[in-house]
Amino acid sequence: MSKDIHNQPIDKGHSLWSDAWLRLRKNKMAMVSMVILFIIGILCFILPAFSIIPDPNTQDLNNTFLPPSGDYPLGTDQSGRDLLARLLYGGQISLLVGIVATTVSVIIGLIYGAIAGYAGGKTDSLMMRIVDILYGLPFLVLVILFSLLISEHAKELTDALIGRWPDHAVFIKKFVNLVPLFIAIGALGWLTMARVARAQVMSLKKQEFVEAAVSLGLSHRRILMRHIMPNMLGPVIVYATLTVPGFVLTEATLSFLGLGVESPNSSWGILLSEGANYMETHPRLLIIPSITFSLTLLALNFLGDGLRDALDPKAAKD
Amino acid sequence: MHRAHLTHLLLGACALAMPGCKGEPPIDAYTEKKILILGNSTEPQGLDPQIVTGVIESNIIRALFEGLCVEHPSKQGVHLPGAAEHWQANDDFTEWTFHLRRDGKWSDGTPVSAEDFLFSYQRILHPDFGADYASMLYYILGAEAYNKGETTDFSTVGVSAPDAYTLKVKLKASIPFLPDLTKHYTWYPVPKHIILKHGKMQQRNTPWTEPENLVSNGAFMLKDWRLNDYIHAVRNPHYWDKQTVKLNGIRFLPISNQYTEARMFFNQQLHATYGLAPEMIEYAANKYSQYLRQETYLGTNFIRFNVTDPLLDDLRVRKALALSIDSQAIITHILKGGQKPAYGMVPPTDDYQTPKAVSFDPVRAKELLEQAGYGGNNKLRITLLSTDREVSKRLSEAYQDMWKKHLGAEVSIEQREWKTYLSRMSGLDYQLALGGWIGDYPDPTTFLDMWKTGDGNNRTGWSNKDYEALLAKAEQTKDPEARLRILELAEALFLSEMPIIPVYWYTTNYLLHTAVKGWHPLLLNNHPYKFVDLELLQK
Amino acid sequence: MIRTVISRLLQGIVVVFCLLLITFMLVRLMPGDPFSGEKAHAAHIIEKNKARFHLDKSNTEQFIVYLGLLARGELGDSPVKEQPVSKIIRHSFPASLVLGIAGMIIAILIGIPAGILSALKKNSYIDYSTMVIAMAGISIPSFVIAPLLAGQVATRIPFLKVAGWGDPLDWLLPALTLGLATAAYLARITRGGMLEVLNQDYIRTAHAKGVHPAVVVTKHAIRGGIIPAIAYIGPAFAMLITGSFIIETIFQVPGMGQHFVNATKDRDYFLLQGVVILFGTLIVFANLAADIVLAMLNPRIRA
Repeated sequence: MSKDIHNQPIDKGHSLWSDAWLRLRKNKMAMVSMVILFIIGILCFILPAFSIIPDPNTQDLNNTFLPPSGDYPLGTDQSGRDLLARLLYGGQISLLVGIVATTVSVIIGLIYGAIAGYAGGKTDSLMMRIVDILYGLPFLVLVILFSLLISEHAKELTDALIGRWPDHAVFIKKFVNLVPLFIAIGALGWLTMARVARAQVMSLKKQEFVEAAVSLGLSHRRILMRHIMPNMLGPVIVYATLTVPGFVLTEATLSFLGLGVESPNSSWGILLSEGANYMETHPRLLIIPSITFSLTLLALNFLGDGLRDALDPKAAKD
Repeated sequence: MHRAHLTHLLLGACALAMPGCKGEPPIDAYTEKKILILGNSTEPQGLDPQIVTGVIESNIIRALFEGLCVEHPSKQGVHLPGAAEHWQANDDFTEWTFHLRRDGKWSDGTPVSAEDFLFSYQRILHPDFGADYASMLYYILGAEAYNKGETTDFSTVGVSAPDAYTLKVKLKASIPFLPDLTKHYTWYPVPKHIILKHGKMQQRNTPWTEPENLVSNGAFMLKDWRLNDYIHAVRNPHYWDKQTVKLNGIRFLPISNQYTEARMFFNQQLHATYGLAPEMIEYAANKYSQYLRQETYLGTNFIRFNVTDPLLDDLRVRKALALSIDSQAIITHILKGGQKPAYGMVPPTDDYQTPKAVSFDPVRAKELLEQAGYGGNNKLRITLLSTDREVSKRLSEAYQDMWKKHLGAEVSIEQREWKTYLSRMSGLDYQLALGGWIGDYPDPTTFLDMWKTGDGNNRTGWSNKDYEALLAKAEQTKDPEARLRILELAEALFLSEMPIIPVYWYTTNYLLHTAVKGWHPLLLNNHPYKFVDLELLQK
Repeated sequence: MIRTVISRLLQGIVVVFCLLLITFMLVRLMPGDPFSGEKAHAAHIIEKNKARFHLDKSNTEQFIVYLGLLARGELGDSPVKEQPVSKIIRHSFPASLVLGIAGMIIAILIGIPAGILSALKKNSYIDYSTMVIAMAGISIPSFVIAPLLAGQVATRIPFLKVAGWGDPLDWLLPALTLGLATAAYLARITRGGMLEVLNQDYIRTAHAKGVHPAVVVTKHAIRGGIIPAIAYIGPAFAMLITGSFIIETIFQVPGMGQHFVNATKDRDYFLLQGVVILFGTLIVFANLAADIVLAMLNPRIRA
């Protein structure tokens, strides 16, 4: 190591984020996961826009259970529908449910948890007990009620939206039906986010920089918004990345119970629950969606773990 | 460490465990002991014949209790003596006399008398009891009035017991098929002395159906009832015909998942399944045809029209929708169970010729729809109410596709969970809805009575006075043949107005172990267990 | 400490009460009732049966009647199954308890060692492959794993049945399926906890002092590293006990999990209320127990 120290380039300062990025790059699994997610994202959201992917809902009862061929790259399902199309369009729905529900739960949970953690004392106690109550409510009842509530108003909403954007009628119809699902799933998911946020805030609250801000006389809102929240970004991102796969799994379970995405739409949950029925007879219908599903979820999980490792300042010593 | 302990535990448990460990199929042990193991869908609502309403419950109750007449094990329509030794009717089938056997006993040795029957009928009809299926006895003179609380004196109801072993029944109409009705659990006797021991006659939720209390008059009696686990019945030593009974016991398993049930059967844990999912039917037909049973089952699957909806007012629209359903394609590719395309409501039999109202005729369908003013850009936009059950999903998706293909119609599927679906259907809050009906007894009226105005099972808003007049006329017709002809006319009238689209007639598909003997196809699938036997096959 | 425990218990009672009240009202908002069926029944019969369960009264009145029942130590009768709710729960609790314990044991046996191993071999192929296996529970739905195990594994191993709950061997596959999801979370949490501890100065000191690496791990690191896992086990256990509808229907386990789903679908108000009370109580106790254990392990949190 006999380099001339005067000719060494001066190390540029690294921000927390670029530090984190460097660490993340070292995590091969996380990198591979990012690539996989990128590919899946393109396949599910970009590819169907081109008309090479047929309609996933067109049935052909004379051509059920066809094996993969030129016409049907992944074969057909029990009603003669193209499996590839159902896989990609289904991916759209499953991923959207995951992302939107996560966004909903993060926003609600973050705000709720931060307020509880920051306020402390009796307010915190009360807010956390409310969380306990909500946690114990029967999830299915909530899903059923939300779905009913929304679907009563869905028609008006759908018609209004179609009136405004008539070209996107099919798209709109599909997604208005998903809104109750987003809300129901997100509405239960925020509870854990709130707990996480609260724990973060409580530990940050004790740090010196907050004490300093308080003694400077800054308003609580300002302290929360400008000093505490930005420092929580890391864990929140991590949590969000780890929540998406959880919610995709929840959608799958709801579809299995018959309460998820409606006919004739497909989602990965529906493909999996239908495929499970054909395990002994036509395993292809289960294997293909399972691999896609598991791959995506594993990728999301590894990415989340990778982010957590990368953003953890104590891990900087590696 | 702890892992090693666990392994030892497992191996030890294996050594102590059942025959399965030695590689012998679990079911063979039961076959040897002559205990029949049956898959029975879900945990029953109860075991009180006057409270329950389902097929699942009837499968169990049939083992424990016995009615006046008993189903022949293989010949549909032959009535064997049960609690009654013989019976006769008057000329117009409005008055029946049943002579009870003197050696009929309850499982505690108490004799079965006509008093028990009177007590049972009063109990199910009692207005305070709230029996859901009381209407099965409405054929009895004065029964409906008593049940609705319009009369309070039970002696106005047409049942009487001139002596301990004679039961007289007076009906309000000509019912040649009364023996068939007596095979239904609503007509079974319950032990008066036991019920009164645990509460008043019309009291609900008494512990009389607990295994330690329940007393029954059938070939078997209740031994064990573990909720959501199994129900076990054993031979009734006081049964009058016990020498005919070969089985030593029956165990009913509430297996709600069809695929689990099929797996259990193929893993040699069951003698018979309750049903079979369509893809398993195909699988079994190809690989295990010796176990597959595919038998006609008395029921119809149809689509309801809400005739009060303005879009469905036009008969041509209804006919167009009806004629564009390819039932055979659905049966061949989705159901795969040997069902029959339905061209009417009532499943045809040797005696009854169902009118031919629908067929698959897409050309005519399109014509009719165009005549009604649709076509080109004016698409028919309508909703189909469906449930979350797997087969319903596939059916509704298939219908949607067929209507799109043949009529250019845009049908959106409203998939709702079960209770919501029922609630909306009853409230006429739908346009099209999936529906079905299983017959309670082998007579066309079980399929035709429901369409009367205001009947809770109508759920279409359809009403026709002439139809009801025909049904009333049939009720008063003495000659069985003439009666059936009038019913055919009634059905023809019903179908001509098309408040429903008949789609297919049911079959029951299930797996039956080859060790089971004396189990034959029956239209109502109500096998009398006293004739069933188990024989261990020699390898 | 005692004061906090008592305070939390009292809070717990309020929590369960509110939970009950909200559930009570919510279930009665859903369309349909316990008595509707494929074969419709006469209106006057339905009215009779509704009255029997006080469903014809206002929701507030019904709630007061129900509170009266609870005060007498009863949970009422199920309008769908004609059985007392307490009996239904009593019959299903043992199976759920066994399944939950077995599932938790499997989760711990798989998850914690996997997490420790991955942390020690961070970013190596051992880390990745261990985590992939450990995360099987949250990347494949249980309704796929369960039939897979039943159909492909149980059929090939002579002493395993595809379904049923007869002898202890029957517990294996259902417990495995149930425990896999928890194992995944435990693996991840343990890995995170271990990594955090391994980076601490006192660990470096121990290494520097020449303590054998294995001793460093077992004596020093694990104690701190598994704290977050323990925090998770409490509530996770409560969830495992209330079981899973999917595992119970696929493996024919007469447990409690199916009641949550079936009671909702059947509109069995009283059974649903009963299991919600049970679940809420379990969660309250589980959270409290976890917090107590944490406080004992980590004096800093006690305040």
